[in-house]
Amino acid sequence: MTQAFRIENGGLINKDKKLSFKFNGKTYLGYEGDTLASALLANGVHLVGRSFKYHRPRGFFGAGVDEPYAVVQLFRNGETEPNIKATEQELFEGLEAKSVNCWPSVNFDIGAINNFLKIFLPAGFYYKTFMWPKSFWYRIYEPFIRKAAGLGVASTKHDKERYEHKYEYCDLLIAGSGPSGLAGAYAAAKNGAKVILAEDKPRFGGSLLTSDVNIGNQSGKDWADGIVAELKKMPNVVVKNRSQIFGYYDHNMLVMSEKVSDHLPSTKKYHPNKRLWYIRAKEVLISSGSIERPIVFGNNDTPGVMLSSAAKEYLKVYGVLVGRKPLVFTNNDSGYETAIEFKKHGVDPIVLDSRKNPESEIIDEAKNLGINIKNSYVVVAAQGYKKVKSADIASISEDKKQLGKIENIQCDCICVSGFWTPTVHLASQSGNKTKFKEEIDAFVPGQSKQNEITLGAANGVFSLEETLKTSFTAGSELSKKITENDNKIAIPNVVEKKSSQHDRFWCVPLPKGKNYKRFLDFQNDVAVSDVEIALREGYRSIEHVKRYTTLGMATDQGKTSNLNGLQLVSEIENKVVPAVGHTTFRPPYTPVSIGAIVGREVGKHSKPTRKSPMHSWHEKNDAVFVDAGVWLRPRYYKRGNENLFEASKREAKNVRTNVGVCDVTTLGKIDIKGPDAAELLNRVYTNAWLKLPVGKARYGVMLREDGIVMDDGTTTRISENHYHMTTTTAQAANVLSHLEYYLQLVWPELNVNVVSTTEQWAGAAIAGPKSRDLLQKLFPNSDVSNEGLPFMGYMEGDLFGVKARIYRISFSGELAYEVNVESDYGNFMWEKIIEVGEEFNIQPYGTEALSTLRIEMGHVAGSELDGRTIPFDNALEGLVSKKKDFIGKRSLQRSAFIAEDRQRIVGVVPLDKQTSIPEGSHLVKDDKAPLPNPKLGHISASCWSVEYDNPFSLAILKDGKNMIGQKLFAMSPLKNKVIPVEIVSSHYVDPKGERVRS
Amino acid sequence: MLYINCPHCGMRSQNEFSYGGDASVKRPELNKEVSDQEWDNFVYNRKSLRGKHLELWQHISGCRQWIKVERDTATHEIFRTFKADEEVA
Ligand SMILES: [Zn+2]
Repeated sequence: MTQAFRIENGGLINKDKKLSFKFNGKTYLGYEGDTLASALLANGVHLVGRSFKYHRPRGFFGAGVDEPYAVVQLFRNGETEPNIKATEQELFEGLEAKSVNCWPSVNFDIGAINNFLKIFLPAGFYYKTFMWPKSFWYRIYEPFIRKAAGLGVASTKHDKERYEHKYEYCDLLIAGSGPSGLAGAYAAAKNGAKVILAEDKPRFGGSLLTSDVNIGNQSGKDWADGIVAELKKMPNVVVKNRSQIFGYYDHNMLVMSEKVSDHLPSTKKYHPNKRLWYIRAKEVLISSGSIERPIVFGNNDTPGVMLSSAAKEYLKVYGVLVGRKPLVFTNNDSGYETAIEFKKHGVDPIVLDSRKNPESEIIDEAKNLGINIKNSYVVVAAQGYKKVKSADIASISEDKKQLGKIENIQCDCICVSGFWTPTVHLASQSGNKTKFKEEIDAFVPGQSKQNEITLGAANGVFSLEETLKTSFTAGSELSKKITENDNKIAIPNVVEKKSSQHDRFWCVPLPKGKNYKRFLDFQNDVAVSDVEIALREGYRSIEHVKRYTTLGMATDQGKTSNLNGLQLVSEIENKVVPAVGHTTFRPPYTPVSIGAIVGREVGKHSKPTRKSPMHSWHEKNDAVFVDAGVWLRPRYYKRGNENLFEASKREAKNVRTNVGVCDVTTLGKIDIKGPDAAELLNRVYTNAWLKLPVGKARYGVMLREDGIVMDDGTTTRISENHYHMTTTTAQAANVLSHLEYYLQLVWPELNVNVVSTTEQWAGAAIAGPKSRDLLQKLFPNSDVSNEGLPFMGYMEGDLFGVKARIYRISFSGELAYEVNVESDYGNFMWEKIIEVGEEFNIQPYGTEALSTLRIEMGHVAGSELDGRTIPFDNALEGLVSKKKDFIGKRSLQRSAFIAEDRQRIVGVVPLDKQTSIPEGSHLVKDDKAPLPNPKLGHISASCWSVEYDNPFSLAILKDGKNMIGQKLFAMSPLKNKVIPVEIVSSHYVDPKGERVRS
Repeated sequence: MLYINCPHCGMRSQNEFSYGGDASVKRPELNKEVSDQEWDNFVYNRKSLRGKHLELWQHISGCRQWIKVERDTATHEIFRTFKADEEVA
């Protein structure tokens, strides 16, 4: 394969290293340092895709981030990625890419029929057509759009690549390594500031790579190379290429996506694919440059029509001619620079300049080179379907309204320059309100909102000399403020050619009788006629016009189309552009991989996993785990072929008949110390705490200020001024914050300290009629008799040499104890309990059996304390003190909370004593009532009662107090079940609570 | 992401903090007669201010102190921060 459009000498690519790649199945050759775009152009390939709506042929329009057309599907190392700009993708050996938006192939595309039926696809097409009839949506419209539209296909496989996040702080962050970025970085670095310089392209230097200038007696590029080399050596500077700062957020936080591996055939071992940098910068220098804008004319989307700056970049950076018969169409001097480059490489361009009689050094140079220049001339329309073959050109009147006689001239590419648009995205994202600058017909940043400054072309300054001067100065000044160093830097001499004023001209009128499509937005196929329709139909706000026409809403965010769209609206509306205003720039500036945003927080790493010290024992003993908040807890221990139901029933039954042990390490634990500890408890719990003796535990309920139950648990008085509080697993963090809130803000006079000790203690609940016998064997030297350690008693004990805390508390409703040891001894404790318990037929039990035990006892848990219930609802009103005040007490007087028919916890048993009731089922009076069937309550928790061997549920039921004995229906539309039930007491087993005291 | 000056720890990113609502709300004293209206104002009624707002944040992944932050709700600008017991002038 020859690279017919590669020039002999020139370009910054490495011609010693050939790379082979495939595009649409065909193999080509390129060089190291190419982009996919430059390598394809070197091979004369201009047709790369089809447009979004009309499926018109698409080529290359730009040479970088602004590219609206050349979006491809990339295949790399067995993975595929959509929405890749060929102009940004660096070539590597074995690269494979395919066109998108075309079916069955880029050369023969059925969707292109839209192009010939375009009368059916005007602005608002999607809104109008696909709205009606509704039933057509799924069957006809959606499949059609899915097949025809879209910018590639996302992989459905798990992404093997790794993405990392990095947090960084710096004094000065610089976005863009063109002349102003380099000057600013250099000056600040010399003052000792911590600098991060970010460049989205592989090569540093920005416009200096392609401009014909001299800085300090060197070429612009050599100067840039020298500065970058020096910066890289400095320890206070981070220099990053392939790194796009795409978002400017609050308080000078910027986010940058670094492409670490996309330019390689596969990611190196231990390297990420991309690295997302969160950078908090004291100061930000935005030196993001500018993007050339097109001039709008007929068929201006034909492959071969491209930005003149892109043609120059392909030539100077990649050594590629985008055509051999170029036509340059310009309204300013930039087009001449491209023409001069062509001429220097033996290609004869024709320049059409919309201006009548421009004069400048650059134009003189072009004239001296003998370039054919036609003044007051425009391209009326490009001709050719898959590639430009010729152009219809004409002279144009001074008022730009009348075209002269149309001539057709041969050409193979049209290089367009409609002047420059500063890249103000980052400044705008920072909150800076941009202002319209008449001299350049574009928006530039206005008053700084955060610590940001925009310089150079991004600020609408196109003179290199001025750019360097202001940027060196800014770099010095900004860093001086921070480091207090003031190293003077000599600003180098600059030789550049002066430009003349551009022409305020952006759209070629249609010739009489012609109806050429003149495109504004190339990626979304929005033409001048579409915006005209939108305005005719009454859309006025630019934000509405944008959404109705989709102008600027494609993945390129209208980088080349926004201003021309505004010009059009302002012209039709007869307003000046600043009055029309522009749409808001929002991050990201360029598309960012979802993988990069997610980073390492995928799969197992998406949240931390907390394991108890006994976890490995559970694993070895066939525990099946369940997520409990961030903890992993054994749900049941599987024996043989048991399922969840069978295993949990066995475990629960064993607690009721023998003894079981449950890992309760996950319970929240808070250590409370200080002379006012009792007073604190007395204020946050609903019941009385001032008289709790040392060595005793008490059950407590705490409310939020709105009277809703927040949490429950037991708190034990360890010594005079020392308490041990337990919370539910789920609320542990909230309860700690709650206590800290009151101690720090509301009652700072209380002398109390609180600290979380959840992870300091391993806990085992030992429950069942034989638990005391077991405990006695575990603590032979302690008196654990009913007198020595009564219900709600506490003592310290010696567990085979390990200090342990023993609490006589019960969640299962059986005679039960909880033993705590320091976490590191957790496994030792557990193994001892199992070993010693063997003779009592001990079995470990999981959360499922634990639930069963508490449900049939009518003990409330998270499913009842669901953020909507007050103490009465949970039959906890006995714990609400009438004498003292506490958090949330005043709210309990609210009329709804004291209503006669207030909801309340009840027990529910199916009449057939067989059918389990799904949790969440609604309780209704009449199962045949018309919808919406009035709901009386809901099932909060269900289990299989091991005591009675039938299903049992808890429910929160309206007027629950007076409903005992009533027959209702439990309905679960989700499970398609209607179950006749009887309402019983929530205390289904041992209603007098005798077992815990036995 | 906001950058909050914890009076105890210094400048820290927002993801170390949790938000705690309006800092100007005063809890009625315990054991004091409170009218329905007063209580509703304390528990429920909040102004959704545009502009300067004194609010509570807790430095949960840092010193765990509750602090007061004077912030503009429209621009996110933070003017001053205070310790829990500091009087705000
Ligand atoms: Zn702090």
